[in-house]
Amino acid sequence: MAEQLLQVRNLNVSVEDTELLHGVSLDVNAGETHVLMGPNGAGKSTLGYTLMGNPAYHVTGGSIVFDGEDITGLSADKRAQRGMFLSFQTPLEVPGLTLSAFLLSAMRQKTGKPVKIFAFQKELEETMRLLHMDPSFAERDLNVGLSGGEKKKAEILQLLMLRPKFAILDETDSGLDVDAVRTVSAGIEEYQKKRGGALLVITHSTRILEALSVDYTHVLVKGRLVYTGGPELVDDINEHGFERFEAASAAEKKQ
Amino acid sequence: MAKAKIQEVDRSLYDFKDDESHGFYRMEEGLTADIVGQISDEKHDPDWMREWRLYCLDLYNQMSVPDWGPSIEGLDMDRISSYVRSKSDMKGDWKEVPDEIKNTFEKLGIPQAERESLAGVGAQYDSELVYHNLQEDVAKQGVVYTGFEEAVTGEYSDMVKEYFMKLVPPTDHKFAALHGAVWSGGSFVYVPKGVHVEIPLQSYFRLNAKGAGQFEHTLIIVDEGADLHFIEGCSAPKWNVANLHAGCVELYVKKNARLRYSTIENWSKNMYNLNTKRALVEEGGRMEWVSGSFGSHVSYLYPTTILKGDHSHCEFTGITFAGKGQNLDTGAKMIHIGKDTSSFIDTKSISKSGGISTYRSAVVIEKSAENAKASVSCASLMLDSKSRSDTIPAMTVKTNKADVGHEAKIGRISDEAVFYLMSRGISESEARAMIVSGFANPVSKELPLEYAAEMNNLIRLEMENG
Repeated sequence: MAEQLLQVRNLNVSVEDTELLHGVSLDVNAGETHVLMGPNGAGKSTLGYTLMGNPAYHVTGGSIVFDGEDITGLSADKRAQRGMFLSFQTPLEVPGLTLSAFLLSAMRQKTGKPVKIFAFQKELEETMRLLHMDPSFAERDLNVGLSGGEKKKAEILQLLMLRPKFAILDETDSGLDVDAVRTVSAGIEEYQKKRGGALLVITHSTRILEALSVDYTHVLVKGRLVYTGGPELVDDINEHGFERFEAASAAEKKQ
Repeated sequence: MAKAKIQEVDRSLYDFKDDESHGFYRMEEGLTADIVGQISDEKHDPDWMREWRLYCLDLYNQMSVPDWGPSIEGLDMDRISSYVRSKSDMKGDWKEVPDEIKNTFEKLGIPQAERESLAGVGAQYDSELVYHNLQEDVAKQGVVYTGFEEAVTGEYSDMVKEYFMKLVPPTDHKFAALHGAVWSGGSFVYVPKGVHVEIPLQSYFRLNAKGAGQFEHTLIIVDEGADLHFIEGCSAPKWNVANLHAGCVELYVKKNARLRYSTIENWSKNMYNLNTKRALVEEGGRMEWVSGSFGSHVSYLYPTTILKGDHSHCEFTGITFAGKGQNLDTGAKMIHIGKDTSSFIDTKSISKSGGISTYRSAVVIEKSAENAKASVSCASLMLDSKSRSDTIPAMTVKTNKADVGHEAKIGRISDEAVFYLMSRGISESEARAMIVSGFANPVSKELPLEYAAEMNNLIRLEMENG
């Protein structure tokens, strides 16, 4: 049996007194890849932020268990230290903090141990090469002045350097051109296949999934997980849209 | 290098303090000619300086305190002589040094002997030795680097007399007049024509010297084509029993010379810092200020540069961090007189825990300053809703042929950015410190490495202190 990694139970989440998620439950085992789809405003990013511990998203009911530990009340840094990661839909810019200094600091804090600089530099260079990133970006300020595509590559760079057990990718492919999607996919594939990392991929498109093996697909509509299927569901949704799930959701609500 | 404390006690100081017959304890009565005369006696002032002090005293007694900036009500002007008196190295007791300052010493890793010296309770320590070595090294290049008293009475006394308080006249404001009357300690530097001083000179060593630190005078002359970097202060808080600092810095940058003047001021949090700094730049000269203001209760600090010569240039890079109970009014002034002069002001200010940080600047382009260029950029970061940040830039342009620009940004630390860093395993306090350090980075990267590291430590410390 697969090793249990994440158990989300009946999660209710509010932002400023508006409930956005209503009783969401989700299980992710080690090494599995789950795809989360749904129409705009369904609460996909809300789920991502909540799992990562954004303090603006209040858990009003339910629980999140990660690696056997209830982390519902833990802050984002503690969750990251336990092996969670969120690739942001819109990565933040931090002027004056270089990407390499940031990564080094994150690795130190995450592990609580000193990082060997030489090995770090080497790994950083290799990973940047894999992602077709200009090596000079390592010494540039974090995300400052980067294009949307470069920012997403920088997110995947962080994913590969920080080696989490579970990563949420929030629309990592949105706004990327074909080449950039391919590059980013290669990075995610590296994480998934060579390192056995688990994934929750929030996406609107199939492009990013082509290189990945998907275990489950979930459909989120109006704050509720209304359907869970296999990898074939992705193509189905792409062909037919969310209409039938929305109808089902409305019917469910009436009952 | 082992830090050995030199347990040398200067008897004259104690004699001086105990000498009640000179009316020295009549502190309630303000500053008198007697007290100023005492200072002249102690320093063996030449006649011109003796007269100068009395002239300044007269001005001081006639002038009123500034009423346009942060309140200095906490400064008891009626007891001004008590502030003046304690300049003569009044030794306190280590037990009386506030814990906050002791902790800062601890966290900055300052050796015990230095801590005691900085806290004004210890005797001088072996930085004196470092200072002397430095003095010898640069002397080989013909550079003069001495304490100010030595300069007034020594070989270069004529030069001192020619330049002293010409750039900052005592008529400027009440505290400049006070400074003229009671100045004590400081540095004199003369760099001869064409000499490039390779290592930065640091007044840090001098600050620990007797009597320096409250009314110190710094006079630097960089002669034609010469080059110098001078560093003032250090990141440890300098604690004095009395809480007024009215120093004066006069910088002369001659034709085609360059001077970089870096400061990290971290006075203890009870200090009223009313400091005056000014530079005069001749043709083709280049003045660079790097200024960090962290300490003090109230600061008034606006280094001024007069771009007198054609093609002269000045850059000012500054950072101010106002925490709890601090009201720091800082900025810069640029006065363009020569043709094709250029100036750049780039400042950052941070306010936290109810601190007030005000950026105040003035750029004046005189009619003669054709084709002058001036740019002002100031950014403020408020770390909470209790703190305040104001921007008061002034520009006076008297010629049509000038190019001036101004940009101001005021912002708060973004919760989203904090969450972003935290999602990578970085603690909340560390995330905030990283964002603030990043904001300060354009300034810290202008500092020598060890000072940049100290400044970052200082920011971290300020972030930790609630």
